[in-house]
Amino acid sequence: MSSTRMTPERETSSPLPVPTPVSPPAAFADMAPAVASTTLSPIRDYLSKRGSGRLADDSFAAVMLICACSIFAIVLFIFGILIMHSRLSLAQFGWKFFTTQAWDPVSGDFGALPFIYGTLATSLLALCMAVPLALGVAIFLTELCPRPLRAPISFLTELLAAIPSVVYGLWAVFVLVPLMRDVIGPFLSKTLGWTGFFDGPNFGVGLLTASMILAIMILPIISSLTRDIMTAVPNSQREAVLALGATRWEMIRVGVLRNSRIGIVGAVMLGLGRALGETMAVTMVIGNHPDISKSLFAPGYTLASVIANEFSEATGDLYLSALIEIGLALFLVTIVVNAIARLMVWAVTRNAPARVI
Amino acid sequence: MNLKVIAAGVLTLVAVGANAQNINGAGATFPYPIYSKWFSEYSQTNPSVKINYQSIGSGGGIRQVSEGTVDFGATDGPMTDQQLKDAKVKVMHIPTVLGAVVPVYNLPGVNKDLNFSSDVIADIYLGKITKWSDPRITKDNPGVNLPDKSILPVYRSDGSGTTFIFTDFLSKVSPDWATKVGHSTSVKWPTGIGQKGNEGVAGMVRQSPYSFGYVELIYAETNKMSFGAVRNASGKFLKASTAGVTAAASAAAKTMPADYRVSITNAPGADSYPISSFTWLLIPTHSTDPAKAKALADFLGWMLDHGENEAAALTYAPLPKQVQDMVRKSIATVK
Repeated sequence: MSSTRMTPERETSSPLPVPTPVSPPAAFADMAPAVASTTLSPIRDYLSKRGSGRLADDSFAAVMLICACSIFAIVLFIFGILIMHSRLSLAQFGWKFFTTQAWDPVSGDFGALPFIYGTLATSLLALCMAVPLALGVAIFLTELCPRPLRAPISFLTELLAAIPSVVYGLWAVFVLVPLMRDVIGPFLSKTLGWTGFFDGPNFGVGLLTASMILAIMILPIISSLTRDIMTAVPNSQREAVLALGATRWEMIRVGVLRNSRIGIVGAVMLGLGRALGETMAVTMVIGNHPDISKSLFAPGYTLASVIANEFSEATGDLYLSALIEIGLALFLVTIVVNAIARLMVWAVTRNAPARVI
Repeated sequence: MNLKVIAAGVLTLVAVGANAQNINGAGATFPYPIYSKWFSEYSQTNPSVKINYQSIGSGGGIRQVSEGTVDFGATDGPMTDQQLKDAKVKVMHIPTVLGAVVPVYNLPGVNKDLNFSSDVIADIYLGKITKWSDPRITKDNPGVNLPDKSILPVYRSDGSGTTFIFTDFLSKVSPDWATKVGHSTSVKWPTGIGQKGNEGVAGMVRQSPYSFGYVELIYAETNKMSFGAVRNASGKFLKASTAGVTAAASAAAKTMPADYRVSITNAPGADSYPISSFTWLLIPTHSTDPAKAKALADFLGWMLDHGENEAAALTYAPLPKQVQDMVRKSIATVK
């Protein structure tokens, strides 16, 4: 295919390589016939016959630069639009918007705090549940899994990632909510009730149920990425640690996990990103009540859910503007959480010597 | 602003490419089933007119018709005076059909339909009545053994005309509700959990024992859900029906204002179901395109002559005779 495309260029550039065999400089005298005598590889043939690539190189670099800059442009554009459309609410509430609990469309009093709390609480809880499980799946798949089982398990984890979130939501409503109400909830309040996190009536919907469905949704992302990262650790590392007398678990800990920790954090951050922005499944099971409550059984509300719920029927400019400012809050929360995660990675990995722990 | 420009662009694209007169509308989701039936039937009898309707919600309908983005809007709650004043395009309300909201509940072991006083419903959502065995509930339901269990109130989390009608009713029957919460397409609920859509509320109520919720009559009927009777303004407990809704509208017709912006919740009359409401089309009073205005007026005439007869089949209540006559006069003023 490439040869047909290159035909015109080959003709125009043909004079260039011609002189080389005719008057070879002394140093190349031996080489030139040797090259000519071997059958030319297609790549070499192509590279020697095409002309100077400067124009192509420069324009390629320019196009790639535009692609890279477009990311900045898109982010700035979104940010600008959010600010522009929320200016009414920004002017009315100022910074107080992010620290007050009111959400009253009737009297026009808006604050984002319960939604920010709901978003962060569900996402972090989901990470606490999903990360150990995902690491377990990845370690099993890369280090311990019998070969015939590997493909089916990998396939299933990736299949989980392809399920639309509304399907997760439906499953949560019909399976997870009753399970939470009748089995998990009573068990938690009996065993861990003293912590105060499992107080109050348990209706099956609430922060904990939302966190659980989020955990299931981000599990395949984290585990499949982590598996790929662990597979990329060279076998020589494993062999070296084993040769020093390590057990299999020590080999996994020292040879694999430590080497892939940056990648794992990256995978976790991708999962967190999905958890922060997930809308549909969370809306279906979180209870949609803007309250900040210590109990995980209590209903909550997330930033993404309130936008999805109220945007289409938002009458009144201030109401609409407040909803768009909720979008701005979600945007900022995502940026801040990602920045903190990056700082943590940097702090941990900077000058990190090889340690056993 | 940009959203509106984009929406306008999309609608213009839809409009281009056909010789027929294209009329574009957007708004309420509640009357969408009957509107889409009307519009498709009308296009069959009048091939030169094609009416496109997008059910984007009442709020969107009001915004788009006020900006002149669409040729007509639709809403479940009437526009406020402020909204009418701010609108770039002057519009009038034309009532089309009526709907009702019914209380649904899940009480294992109770097979009888329950009665609810209107103030009891308000106090359940205010968090003042928390147990099914509360004396105020048992008083209305003699002979029913109500369990000593906590009530789980379920409400619509998405902004909706259903919530507007329901909270409008609660504001009228409970002074406490009117001052603490008020009425709107979405409100600050004092207690309970929110679920998205009629199906969300119904699904939650169906699977949560001891829960209480509200859904549209059409939804409860098509899904064969049992629902409670509500005490109306004359003190009679009434289960919702299209007849009861039309009765409420007839009762209100006598005092119907010229712009039709009237709430008929808690309407007088022994047969009036108290949680009923009109749904409206928003028609520009002075269109820039006379041909379009004429086509729209023709459709509205057709709606009164033929469309209203089909309402009951889809469990909407048709307009009462007096209101139909009023609407016929209003249509004549569309220019």
